[in-house]
Amino acid sequence: MNFDRIREKLNILADAAKYDVSCASSGSDRTNKTKGLGNASKMGICHSYTADGRCVSLLKILLTNHCIFDCAYCVTRKSNDVPRAAFKVQEVVDLTINFYRRNYIEGLFLSSGIFKSPDHTMERLVSVAKKLRKEENFNGYIHLKSIPGASDELMYEAGLYADRLSVNIEVPTISGLKLLAPDKKHEDFTKPMEKVKNEIVRYKSEQKIIKNTPKYAPAGQSTQMIVGASGESDKDIMYSATYYYKTYNMKRVYYSGYVPVTHDSRLPAIGSQVPMLRENRLYQTDWLLRFYGFSVGEILNNQHPNLDMDVDPKLSWALRNLHHFPVNVNTADKRLLARIPGIGMRSVDKIVKARKFRKLNWDHLKKMGVALNRAQYFMVCESRYWERRDLDAEKIKGMILQNSSGKFRNQYSTQLSLFN
Amino acid sequence: MNTSTTLIYDGSFNGFLTAVFVAFDEKINVVDIQKNNQSQSGLFSDTETVFTNVEKAKRVWNGIRNKSYNAISNVYFAFLSETEGVELMLYNYIQKLMRAQSGKCLDYSDSTVLYIAQLAKKVGREKHRMEAFVRFQLTKDEIYFANIEPDFDVLPLISKHFRDRYADQKWLIYDIKRKYGIYYDLDHVEMVSLNLKDIQHNKTVKSNAFTSEEYEYQTLWNDYFKSTNIASRINPKLHTQHVPKRYWKYLSEKKEAV
Ligand code: SF4
Repeated sequence: MNFDRIREKLNILADAAKYDVSCASSGSDRTNKTKGLGNASKMGICHSYTADGRCVSLLKILLTNHCIFDCAYCVTRKSNDVPRAAFKVQEVVDLTINFYRRNYIEGLFLSSGIFKSPDHTMERLVSVAKKLRKEENFNGYIHLKSIPGASDELMYEAGLYADRLSVNIEVPTISGLKLLAPDKKHEDFTKPMEKVKNEIVRYKSEQKIIKNTPKYAPAGQSTQMIVGASGESDKDIMYSATYYYKTYNMKRVYYSGYVPVTHDSRLPAIGSQVPMLRENRLYQTDWLLRFYGFSVGEILNNQHPNLDMDVDPKLSWALRNLHHFPVNVNTADKRLLARIPGIGMRSVDKIVKARKFRKLNWDHLKKMGVALNRAQYFMVCESRYWERRDLDAEKIKGMILQNSSGKFRNQYSTQLSLFN
Repeated sequence: MNTSTTLIYDGSFNGFLTAVFVAFDEKINVVDIQKNNQSQSGLFSDTETVFTNVEKAKRVWNGIRNKSYNAISNVYFAFLSETEGVELMLYNYIQKLMRAQSGKCLDYSDSTVLYIAQLAKKVGREKHRMEAFVRFQLTKDEIYFANIEPDFDVLPLISKHFRDRYADQKWLIYDIKRKYGIYYDLDHVEMVSLNLKDIQHNKTVKSNAFTSEEYEYQTLWNDYFKSTNIASRINPKLHTQHVPKRYWKYLSEKKEAV
């Protein structure tokens, strides 16, 4: 192997791939049955963290950054003057295996610019995955970011070797797509998604009858949207996210604050700030929809098309709906407990378990890790002391912000801390 | 009245379980359970030395496990924390557990139960960190070698993870602090002790114990790590929160290029 040449390629092709934020290696259950190499950890493992605190668990690279298309938001677009490179299929295989054996990574995240045609490109991606599985007996994690417009046949084959498949929608609205990615049609994204969804459904039902049905994308499919590139509202983003979750059984939708990479009048200028707080608020909302039993219309609607940047979306919802509060933590059902600001799903479980033994007071709740500075305005417990003043939303918000400025200031810079 | 007794055991987990067995069996009023190399006799208590007995240890193990899977792993994890005085805490914990109707009804507002659970959690976190931060280097005799200095004695806990994952390569993970390692020879894992002249951390000096390719791959990995950064998103505080500085020594991506 010519290491110098590989080094050059790796620098170019890792750099071009880094804007894809998804790095999950979780959700697959591939085991190492044949004394081969690797397995997938159900929870996923972060082997390192980037300087901005994102998990590094996969070798995330492009097969090539040559591209025949010209999507405005993308560094790899045809009209951009950047160094280009292309890996050979075997080179990607060798890199993956050697990194994996040293415990650097959980597996491979492979994507590509489009050379010649979508199918031509997709075929190469599939052959990397196939080689890893068939020739190297590799059971680590493989995520193939599929090429919009790839054929059903290739999407089928991809799922046989990959743990996860994704097609990035990137632009959340159809009008934005026309403006920023004129070479692509909406169907180029949705058709592969539809195929993957159907194959997963088929796999799951066949698996019940025939034990050794070949696996198909056991970690499901995901997609990514760029935030802040095309003037969309938070409502636009979350409504389309909800649509993709429902229609295509997405495992995850990722939100990626747009990092300006180009001078283009259609886009924010180079040097504009990356909307990281907004990105964080969107993830929090996504969390509320998936795990806390909220529906999207409760959080975002025509009156409130954008998320509150000062406070998290659950607190923001609670402040608009004070008539649901205070909730009694010793009697309320799980669904209501989960709606109290400052109480996360873990605390909900702890509360439900502990209150079988005794009525809970402030002290108990504090020990369980409930964020009382927020929760205290929305709940009562076994104590004579609770917030009796008839405070309005603005007042409560003010007091919470005052008492937790440090913590909230933190959230301006973090993507990862969600709720507690 | 029962006189109070300090039990002395050999420091092994089986030894500890044997001590628990003896205490229950002979209805001893236990004031402390200590390792034999660090025992201090109390003024008003007797000491009794317990000889490790795998059969007895197994009976305690099964007894706890039958109550709750969660409890047995809590006991084992907390024991490996090597925290001073953990044995007595564990003894109290096991007493409570045995009195409870089922392990599921353990009361988490009880301070002993909470303490053991938290301790076990800390050890669990260290286990996960080691599974993530071990960096193998390939030696000339084709063994993937790594050394670690974990806060707690986690080698017994991480063994399965590495055996399952790296079933087709020989590997050795060595705990420098506790001076023993685990070695997988393509068939099974065994404990080894080594005479390491030279601790192979991420030194900036190349060692000829390793293949020359080894350093090429480290360079590629370092390059890769650098290129994952997006300059406009840098957040050093969040970074050290995820990778506390004391772990940096393991990570080849954190060392200056060789
Ligand atoms: S097709 Fe993909 S790689 Fe090519 S310019 Fe568009 S987004 Fe970038």
